[in-house]
Formats: sequence, C-alpha cells, structure tokens
Amino acid sequence: MKRLTNLLGVVLLLMALPSHAALQVFACEPEWASLTKELAGDKVSVFSATTAHQDVHRIQARPSLIAQVRNADLLVCSGSELEVGWLPLLLRRAANSNVQPNKPGYFMAAEQVERLDKHTSVDRSMGDVHAAGNPHIHLDPKLIAIVAEALTKRLINLDPDNSAYYQQRSEDFLSRWQQAITQWQRQAAPLKGVPVVVHHKDWRYLLNWLKMTTIASLEPKPGMPPNANHLARLSKQMQQAPATMILRAGYQDARPSQWLSDRTNIPAIVLPYTVGGNDNATDLFSLYDNTLHRLLSALQ
Amino acid sequence: MNPAISMTLQGQYAGYKQDPAAYELPGFMLGGEAGLNEEGFGLGHGELVMSSNIDDRFFGKLTLAIADHEGTTETELEEAFIETVGLDYGLTIKAGRFFSDIGYLNNQHNHAWDFIDAPLIYRGLFGNQLIDDGLQLRWLAPTDLYLQLGAEFARGERFPSGGAGDDGKGTTMLFAELGGDVSDSHSWQLGLSHWSSDVIGRESGGHAHGSGATETPSFSGDSEINAIDMVWKWAPKGNYRQQNLTLQFEYFQRKENGDIELVGSNPLETTSYDGEQNGWYTQAVYQFMPRWQVGLRYDQLDSDNLGSDAAILGEAGLDNEGLTPKRSSLMLEHNHSEFSLVRLQYNRDESYENSDNQFYLQYVMSIGAHGAHQF
Repeated sequence: MKRLTNLLGVVLLLMALPSHAALQVFACEPEWASLTKELAGDKVSVFSATTAHQDVHRIQARPSLIAQVRNADLLVCSGSELEVGWLPLLLRRAANSNVQPNKPGYFMAAEQVERLDKHTSVDRSMGDVHAAGNPHIHLDPKLIAIVAEALTKRLINLDPDNSAYYQQRSEDFLSRWQQAITQWQRQAAPLKGVPVVVHHKDWRYLLNWLKMTTIASLEPKPGMPPNANHLARLSKQMQQAPATMILRAGYQDARPSQWLSDRTNIPAIVLPYTVGGNDNATDLFSLYDNTLHRLLSALQ
Repeated sequence: MNPAISMTLQGQYAGYKQDPAAYELPGFMLGGEAGLNEEGFGLGHGELVMSSNIDDRFFGKLTLAIADHEGTTETELEEAFIETVGLDYGLTIKAGRFFSDIGYLNNQHNHAWDFIDAPLIYRGLFGNQLIDDGLQLRWLAPTDLYLQLGAEFARGERFPSGGAGDDGKGTTMLFAELGGDVSDSHSWQLGLSHWSSDVIGRESGGHAHGSGATETPSFSGDSEINAIDMVWKWAPKGNYRQQNLTLQFEYFQRKENGDIELVGSNPLETTSYDGEQNGWYTQAVYQFMPRWQVGLRYDQLDSDNLGSDAAILGEAGLDNEGLTPKRSSLMLEHNHSEFSLVRLQYNRDESYENSDNQFYLQYVMSIGAHGAHQF
C-alpha cells in the first residue's frame, strides 16, 4: 500500500510539473529563442529546438522535442515550410492544443512579413524550393522589427497579466534595435553592389537588405550538395566575372567554398548565420555586429 | 496542399543462389508477406497516401498499397485511421487500421526502412509487419524526459492473429517508450511492448499432397509477444546533413499455447502445441558523406516448439530442424535528394538448411507532399 502511495505521489508530481509561472516557449530556431528572451525577459522559459550548427531542413522529430512541445504554451518558428519535415509531426505527437495551427500559441515569424521569392508553381526538379517564399527572414533587421511587434502582441494575448511588462520591454528593444539598424546601415555602405557567391539561398534577406549582388550559388539547385561539374563551371565563371567573396554558414560543408576559394583567390567567409553561430554572436545584436564585421573585413 | 497527397514508387532486381520458392524459416509458422521478393526484375508495392487534418480536433490518413501478385494487380487498404490532434493532458486516441506501435520498425512504412527486407524476426512473427484494426490510446508524460505509455485494442483477424477472437476484441498491445538527448550530438529511444491475442484458426501457407488435396496448418490458442527495442542516433553537433550514424537493436520473444490442425486432412489431423520463438537483429547505418549511406545488419532466430504430434508440427513449419536461422546483410544507398534513393544490398542468408546469397538493386522514390522525418 505504501508503495502504491509513493507511486501515486510520483505521478501527481509529474502531473504538476508543467504548471510553472513562466510561459513555456518552444522556439524552432535560435534567432527566435533570442528574440523571445529580448521581449519577454524572465516571464518566459525558452527552449530552442535547434542550434546554429544544424541544418534546420534536416531535423528529426526526436523524442526530446516531442516532450518539449507537449509542455509548450507558445511555439515561435520560422514557418514558410522551413520546418515542414518535422514540426507537423511534433504537433501531432505532442497532444497539446495550445500550439496547434491557428491557436494563439502558434506563431510563425515568416508569416508576419512579406517574403521574397514566392512561387506560384513549384516542381521538385527545382530543388528544395519553398512555394510560400524564402523562409530565412531573420537576416533582414527590418523584418526582425516587424516580427518583434507581432510577437509582443502575441505574448500579451497569451499572458495579459504581464502586458505592461511586455510593452515596456518591446519598446526598449525596438528603440535599441532601430538605433542599431541606423548604425549598421552606415557601416555597411561599402558593401552595396558587392558581388558574392553563396553556398545556399539562406543569405537572401541579408544580401537584399545590404543591396549586395548574388551572382552564383555553390549548390546547383537549392538543397542539392555542390558537385564537381558545377564547381568547375563556377571557377570558370569567376575568371570572367569574379565575386568579391564566397559566403557560407558554419553548419554547411567547408570544402566546396574552400575549393573555389583556392582556385580563384576569392576569400571564403564563414558567417554566424544565427545566434550561437560563433563565439561572438551571442544575441541578435552581436549576430549582426559580427556578420557585418566579417563582411567588411573581406573587402579589405 | 490540402489534403496532402503523396505516392511512393518502388522496384527492384533480385538475384538468388537458391530457389526463392523453397524459402522457409524452420520453427516459425509463416504467413502474411513473409516470402522473398520474386527473382529478377520486379515491382515493389506502390503506395498512394492521403492525409489531412479533418478539423481542429482530428487528423486522418489513408494508405493504399498497390502490388502485383502472380500477374494480377491487387489494391490493399494498408492504413485507414483517424487520430486526435491536441486533445491535451498528453492524450491521443487513434482509431481504424494502422501499423501497431510494437517494436521500433513496425510503425514505419517499409519504404522508410534502411534495408529492402524486414528483419527475420519481423518476417517470422508478423509476416513482415503487424497491422490490425482497432483503437490506440497514448499518454505522453509532462516531463522533459520523453515518456509515452500506450495501449492498443484490436480486432485480431489478420496474421499473426486470426479469427477475430473474443468477439473481435481479443488482441491487445501495451507499450512504453522512453527517450531523450544525451547532448546535441546523441539521441536515444528505448521501447518495451507486450502483445497478446486470442487466436482462432490462424492459417499459414498450405501445401499440396500428391492427391491434389490441400492441407493448411491452422493454429488456435493463446499467443503472447514481449519485445524490447533500442535506437541510438549520432550526428556531429546534431547536424544530420553531413554525417550521421544510427544504431538499432530489437528483440522479440513469442510464447504460444493451443492446438494445430491440418485443415483439409481426412480424417482431421491435430496436435497440441506449446511453442516459444525468439529472435533479434541489430543494425548500424552510417551516412559517411551527404547522399551516401552504408549499413550492416545481423539477424538471428531461435525456437523451441513442443506438441503431441511432431509430424504435424513439422507440416506447420514449427520443427526447427535443429537450426537457428541467421542472416548477415550489407547495403549501400545513394540519395540523390530527400525524395529518391537507389540501394544495393547483399544478404548472406542462412534461414534454412540451404544457405543463400541474395543480391538486390532497389529504387524508392516519392512524389508529392513532404514526408515526415520520423526519429
């Protein structure tokens, strides 16, 4: 009998665990974990499903993620099909009504902004193309500001008791962010029109913001790994119309950009891509600081 | 896309040293899809899948399997189920026809497996896969450690049940799953399952005697299975794109108690039957660079079956002939994209007294909605 009482005690304890005071936030990517912390401070407890070292397209719906979604009050993800391989399965397995599509706990950042490269007709022979538009929106700081405002509204909707707190933190963040954007744009002036080669199309918004020009991709098609033929063609192309730098994220294979760099003497630059992408990119501000620093260094 | 529609196209070339029609697993009463693929060029079964949220509370999925059997095209309703979405308290209810959550591989479609063929123990116990009609309840614990408990209640008409015993509710399965991450690079899952069925007249492949009469072994009685499965996955910093490794192990043990009769024999021949069959496999699949995977698998089975008439047990395939069936497999797989793969596989098969060399070249391609990345 005593055993049974003990067991019952454990079960009750387990049932009681999720009732934290703080909102439980499940962020699909580190940039949204970081933004949520900026806006909600200690009123939330944030879990990031992925790190800057992982290709978000290739995540599996593993047990630890199912367990986290089960207890989440709010999901903050990119959307626009970036997580199509794993998020729908997590939602089906987690038995949590708060975070299902169209519920207040379901927040997709890319749905808050105007996305680039929408396609009316998509065929798999085009590679890994998202019909709803390019989802890698976090590398345009103006879009971060739009997402921040929408996310603040969502936090207030979910946790109205703390609305003054969220409002105040949001205003504080946005004013610091606007100042930072002004400064970044001044700093980045020399990057305008600079031609670059990218590994994948995940730099689309960054380059669009900085008005840099993408002249080629190391991937022959989005999501397809670079191959020897394609790289040889690029090497030839670079001799006629050279790029100023070759860009990749830390989680992408170093060899293709290194190979092209060795052939053409064009510097291969590794950008942090998101928060945690290198030791300096510890939050959204330092992510942009470090990204611009690396781009500008490559110009010299 | 609403509903999400996808299709899978499969085909293979199979080469054997032995006659595939002579294939057997001594000690196991075979049924379902337990045989080998046809020799030479052949189509694997194609699949047409439709799924969608039905409303904000239910999800539904239908899978049609289309395959050729000896020249005629057969369509089979492989899955047809509904499932609750976001019921809260960690509860999910599923109803209809679905792959049982027993073991690790069973609830995956065969085109998602890492080898062209099922582990021998799946072949021996389930005729490749356990599918039934019924109800499943799952509860997911509110803990950071993944803990899920579940129960299935099923009709028990299909192999390895039979006869829809206990008025069509005589089959149950209880399971528990644990899982988590050790670090960014390492994830694991452990499963325990227990299946039991009130079997009435489970038939296995019959064979003809000289007179042309066909005698089909048929089992009635209690059947119970205990299983454990373990999966460990590794990818450097959790980045599956460049490299990753999956280690997997499953063990199944079945105990059966009842009678076997040879349907069609005159006078009717019967024997008591008290059997135990068990088996395990372990496999490692390594993606050594993007798009390329190699895999190794080893299978082994054992059985100990007793009865009042050894000859009838032998007719039913339950005489193990003093053998422990074994198989070693090696495969190499190329994924041009997430949606297409070409696989080369070699088995050294010692399922029965004639050891076999089996070669396969297979393609699996999927069209339509993006599949889920199941762990």
